[in-house]
This record gives sequence, structure tokens and C-alpha cells, in this order.
Amino acid sequence: MSMKTTITLGIVCLLAACSETRQDAAGVGSDKPAVAGTGVAVYTDPGWKAGDKASWSNHLKARAQYGQNDHARAPK
Amino acid sequence: MARMKFICDAERCIECNGCVTACKNEHEVPWGVNRRRVVTLNDGVPGEKSISVACMHCSDAPCMAVCPVNCFYKTDEGVVLHDKDICIGCGYCSYACPFGAPQFPSSGTFGLRGKMDKCTFCAGGPEAHGSQAEFDKYGRNRLAEGKLPACAEMCSTKALLAGDGDVVADILRGRVVQRGKGAEVWGWGTAYGNQAKGA
Repeated sequence: MSMKTTITLGIVCLLAACSETRQDAAGVGSDKPAVAGTGVAVYTDPGWKAGDKASWSNHLKARAQYGQNDHARAPK
Repeated sequence: MARMKFICDAERCIECNGCVTACKNEHEVPWGVNRRRVVTLNDGVPGEKSISVACMHCSDAPCMAVCPVNCFYKTDEGVVLHDKDICIGCGYCSYACPFGAPQFPSSGTFGLRGKMDKCTFCAGGPEAHGSQAEFDKYGRNRLAEGKLPACAEMCSTKALLAGDGDVVADILRGRVVQRGKGAEVWGWGTAYGNQAKGA
């Protein structure tokens, strides 16, 4: 094994510890993502498309803002 | 990516227990189990503070680390959930949890400890979303309905904030700037790994 390969492998091993610990989808993980929706239209909040992650995420962000941020809702 | 988190603004919590009631009602939580409860710090002393406590869905959840049957899992949104079909009710998670979140219903004549129950961030469990089986075991799946947890949405003073970490942190930041105090968020550092004071 050449010196260059040994150094490259060494750097890869050293830097591997610098990555962020994986925080998602650990453990059982047999659950479908929430963005898939329930399929029960009567209980589903309108304004987002099931399966579209960006749409769901933006919908929840907007809901958090108008539902919980009274500073934004109150007249100045 | 959305990373779901709870914040309780102690400057606003009036210990009304509306969050506890909303949770119990939404999920039809059985007697003896409280997924959420309100804790008063320095009770009776002038300047006492109340906070609403439940599972914080920690970034590096200790319950997941100690579970001998690996029944916990984390969703893409950072919500810590568990599979009651795998749980053996050993109680290790309750010793590991810094918030006292895991609950164990008593069942049978001799009060045998049942499967662990805890806050799901209103995200149900591994069963099909919105199914009766999911509701019976874990309660309603509001996240899959495009809603936020019932406890936070029902909070009368909006002390309890739930949702994407960036959004709820921004809401709290706005309040702190406005009133000039109350930046301490109990449990935030413990749950989400901030080394700053406030754990």
C-alpha cells in the first residue's frame, strides 16, 4: 500500500468522527411519515397536499405562526 | 427539514392545566396516566413559575438508548415514538428520562404494570395513520392531519409552544425582546443539547 493511500485512509478515519450523529429514522422505523396524511378527509386540516413534504411543512409553520404567535396577530 | 420541539414559556404559564386536559381528551388517555402535567417551581414562594412538562422528544433520547427491546424510533421530524407491540413494560425508560415522561398504566386486579405510554407529539404510532388501532394505542395522529399538538394549540395563554424548532424559537425570541425578560427555557438544554444555561 502506497504512502498516499495510507494517508488518505487515515484522514478519512479521522474525519469520520466529525460528522453529525444521525437523528432521524432510527429504531423500529416501520411507521409511515406524517406527511403521508391519514386519508380521513373529515379530520384533515385543509390547505396542504398529502405526500408533499414541503407543502405539509409550510402548512405547519404557518399554523404555528397564526395559532401561537399572538405578537404577530395583535394590532401594533 | 422540520424538527419538532416543545417550548414552555414560564412567564406565561398560569397553571390552568388546560394542556393536560386537552391531551387527555384528545387521546382518551386512561385513568392514572398523564402524558403531560404542569409542574410549579418554588411553589408558594413569591415569583413561583409553572411549566408544562411532557416528553420533549430529545435530540439524543436517553429512553431510546436504554430500551432493552429497542421499541423506540424517531421520525424524520425528530419525534420520538415507540411501538407498544414490542414494549415489555420494564420501566428502564422511566429511569432514564430526565422529564419523567414515560407512564405505565396499572392493569388487572393486582395493578400489573402495563406497556409504556407517553406523549407522541400527537403523531400516533406505527399503525396506519388515522386507524382505530392507532387511536386505541397511541391516540389521535394530528401531525398527519396537518395539525400541531392539541396541548399547545389549546393553551389559553400560548405559554406552551409546539412545532418546528425554528418557528417556536422565533416566537419565543420575539416575546423576550418585547418584554425584556424570561429567556430561560427549562428543559431545552437537556432535551436538545444546548450547553448554555437553561437546562
